Amino acid sequence: MIRHFTIDGIKVPFQERQTIMDAAMAAGIYIPHLCHNPEFRPQGSCRLCTVKVDGRNLAACTTPATDHAEVKSNTKKLMAMRRTLLQLLFVEGNHVCPACEKSGACQLQAVAYYCGMLAPEFTHFYPQREVDASHPEFAIDFNRCILCELCVRASRDADQKSVFAISGRGIHVHLTVNSPSGKLGDSDFDKHDRAAHVCPVGAILPKHTGYDVPIGKRLYDRKPVSMVGDVSDHEED
Amino acid sequence: MTDDHITETTNRVMTQWNNDQSNLLQMLIDLQQALNGIPESAINQISAGTRRSPADIESVIGFYSFLHHDTHNPYRVLFSDNITDRMLGSRALAEHLNSRLQDIDTATVDYTSCTGMGDQGPAALVNGHTLTRLDKERIDQMAALMETNTPLSDWPAEWFRVDENIRRRDLLLETDFEKGSAIKCALESGAEKILEELDASGLRGRGGAGFKTAMKWRFCREATGDNRVVVCNADEGEPGTFKDRLLLQSFAERLIEGMTVCAKVIGATTGFIYLRGEYLYLRDELESKLQRYRDAGLLSKDIHGEAGFDFDIKIHLGAGAYICGEESALIESLEGKRGIPRIRPPFPVTSGYLNRPTVVNNVETLVAAAMIAVHGAAWFRTKGTEQSPGTKLLSISGNCLKPGIYEYPFGTSLEVILKDCEATHVQAVQIAGAAGSCIPPSEFSRSIAFEDLATGGSFMIFDRERNLLEMVQNFTDFFVHESCGFCTPCRVGTSLLKKRLAKVASGRATGVDLEKMRIIGSLTRQTSHCGLGMTAANPILETLDKFPHIYEPHLLSTTFEPAFNLDASLEEARQITGRDDPDAHLQGGGV
Amino acid sequence: MADKVKVATASLAGCFGCHMSLLDIDERIIDLVELVEFDRTPLTDIKEIGDCDVGIIEGGVCNAENVEVLREFRRHCKILVSMGACSINGGIPAMRNQYQLKECLEESYLHGMGVEDAQIPNDPEVPLLLNKVHPIHEVVKVDYFLPGCPPPADTIWTFLEELLSGEPIEFAYRQIHYD
Repeated sequence: MIRHFTIDGIKVPFQERQTIMDAAMAAGIYIPHLCHNPEFRPQGSCRLCTVKVDGRNLAACTTPATDHAEVKSNTKKLMAMRRTLLQLLFVEGNHVCPACEKSGACQLQAVAYYCGMLAPEFTHFYPQREVDASHPEFAIDFNRCILCELCVRASRDADQKSVFAISGRGIHVHLTVNSPSGKLGDSDFDKHDRAAHVCPVGAILPKHTGYDVPIGKRLYDRKPVSMVGDVSDHEED
Repeated sequence: MTDDHITETTNRVMTQWNNDQSNLLQMLIDLQQALNGIPESAINQISAGTRRSPADIESVIGFYSFLHHDTHNPYRVLFSDNITDRMLGSRALAEHLNSRLQDIDTATVDYTSCTGMGDQGPAALVNGHTLTRLDKERIDQMAALMETNTPLSDWPAEWFRVDENIRRRDLLLETDFEKGSAIKCALESGAEKILEELDASGLRGRGGAGFKTAMKWRFCREATGDNRVVVCNADEGEPGTFKDRLLLQSFAERLIEGMTVCAKVIGATTGFIYLRGEYLYLRDELESKLQRYRDAGLLSKDIHGEAGFDFDIKIHLGAGAYICGEESALIESLEGKRGIPRIRPPFPVTSGYLNRPTVVNNVETLVAAAMIAVHGAAWFRTKGTEQSPGTKLLSISGNCLKPGIYEYPFGTSLEVILKDCEATHVQAVQIAGAAGSCIPPSEFSRSIAFEDLATGGSFMIFDRERNLLEMVQNFTDFFVHESCGFCTPCRVGTSLLKKRLAKVASGRATGVDLEKMRIIGSLTRQTSHCGLGMTAANPILETLDKFPHIYEPHLLSTTFEPAFNLDASLEEARQITGRDDPDAHLQGGGV
Repeated sequence: MADKVKVATASLAGCFGCHMSLLDIDERIIDLVELVEFDRTPLTDIKEIGDCDVGIIEGGVCNAENVEVLREFRRHCKILVSMGACSINGGIPAMRNQYQLKECLEESYLHGMGVEDAQIPNDPEVPLLLNKVHPIHEVVKVDYFLPGCPPPADTIWTFLEELLSGEPIEFAYRQIHYD
């Protein structure tokens, strides 16, 4: 017998070992997320997929689906919390959308549009961060990194290279590159790596292709993320 | 330091830890102890030996606040920065030491989270070793020894003395214990009987959460998987707690036997004591006690003569990370990784250390389990309440005449406790550490119990002379420092709270700022990945509700105040241009 | 005339692009002037702001004059709107926050290419720079945010229409973007 739970009253079937997110995705129900990508082990760090499961707030991407559970996702309260989480991500880094090549195809933006965030509103950190342009094919702009660890997971689990790591603690947590100089150009990173194509924001960007698709004609310019899905699904290797 | 010396030392340390990558953190700690720091030139060698990438090793070093690369300073002094140390004048002492050492570049002075000496502070760590009862005179003497490069082994032993400070004994501390008795009883009764007894005793975890110990052990016993593990959580990091220090220092036999009893019940072969780095001074004595147990046939092989009952205990040190008190982060740390709390389920009882079924218990829980194994459930239930049987060790510090360790039956009221420790004119009691509750006098009839005020044992007293806002700031800063940084709400939210609170304290805030703190606080509480984040806003949210008067005098009557000091933000430009005319200043703040 | 809503606008550390976008509402500007009366704005060249219903700010806060103008707007406007990327998060001008103010001034006035008579301006007529560029909500209370670089004319129009008619402010998906 197929087991079910509900998301906002909609009956969702699930199989053994599926998370709420897995089952929701399979059923075509969108739950906002940034650090999740079904190709990789879920980690539940961005917290955008927080849903209410039988009264408890839990991350949909790491919570196993259970029979008859009542899941709330698209409520006013949860959407307000998601907006605040997005605002936190925006003020933590330096997200200058008008000057970013990823703009329009950026999942951080897209989720923020979907959740109705108009402005970051909190006090900006304006952290001092670097741009690493040492690699001939790709650049890393650390200003835009949201610490989703998708590149870390992709490089470790799909590419078997572990080019990326996370160092520091607390607000000082940051992405690092495994190479003698700490630079991407000095690492094993290759443009065909899976890790090169999973960044949801403009932190890991290909060179030589800037503005091939004009602003206004990009993935999320016309349709919301809830309809077109994650940006990594649309990236070409 | 020659390259050869670094290579040799690194080799020795790595061999000692079997080149095993799960011992990476222990290697790094030992290497730092040996060389005063972790030389960057050693990273590739460690990487080759442990098959962990250099970036991975750096990320571990970057996570633990005690670890550092710099090997040039023979002295590294870290002052305990808990609010109780500050109330004893620690900040002024640190500044004094800093000014004394200005002319020498062989020492650094900094702050660290509570070192667990709240009853005998101000406290500090020098190269990881505990210093207690600091005062100006001692700081001067320390500075003199540092100026002459005197090794720590030649410093007066008295400076490193840690007192027991037992002020009240009850069930656990006043009952004698015969070495080997708990193990003997456990072997005689058998695992099932011990579990029944433990279940009947109603023992609940003493770390604060209060999960039923028998249930945890049973889940683990019934889990599938080999090579089960018993872990003693001796990462006593909750600010203001120091009762495990006493148990580790003076009652370690009971702890060792509690772990062994647990091993018998769940079928474990491996045990760990995860000892917080701040308690480095306890390691050697604990090691020798473990050795005496092995020598007596009470640990290691065929324990107490029972063929095939093999169990041994290793000590792993922490390195300055409060989050490692969270059981799954502790397990990550035991595996030599960054202490990031795991996704649950699976829970440690089914998949813990190296994915083996693992029981993680607090020191006090394991001590109580050993005593229950000997004296039985009925004995244990002679004290405490129906829902919280037994007693609780409290670490009492702050404004009272008799700080120290008190053992009380559960159900004892705050009134009684405050009278016993001779606290007067009390404004508030902070129960259960920085993440706990701030209790006003109107609630002093409440009692210590899982059904009322649950606590891991921290009990900090603030009299009416104290500015409670300083306490709130201290705890909020603590969470900023100790957030692992994994999830968005805790990583960013704690920093935003710290900034807003500083704005309030500096008298540049309005009601809008309090409202923003509530929004951020409620977000971290509701969406964080683990208990640290979920409770990090407690100091603010609790006091906003119960002590609104500590905020109100600081608020301006404007409707809004800027996030930064307007005039001060022109200072740099004034310096550069040399201007000081009226237009080079901004009067006032908000509108 | 008396019933018209009074509107003031200003551009702080911005590029006037948002004002250009406002003018891009094209013929609808005729409808707009039926409904509103412009007070201080670059469009009227009125220099002093009087009491207004709505103040619209483009650009972030980068110098002392920006702070004063912004506070004047807040004092005189019942509703204050933060319009455009710079006003909302500092935008392009805030990219200087990656550097020390001294570095920026030295690069511009002392060591930059083609600099003659090198000196950092210190005339009291020139507004002094803040050490960092800030979004306006870090200085005054903001009631509404209109994102975009610039916000499309359509978005501005929708906002004004809804605001003036007292309806809740709602935008279609394509009316909101940050670039």
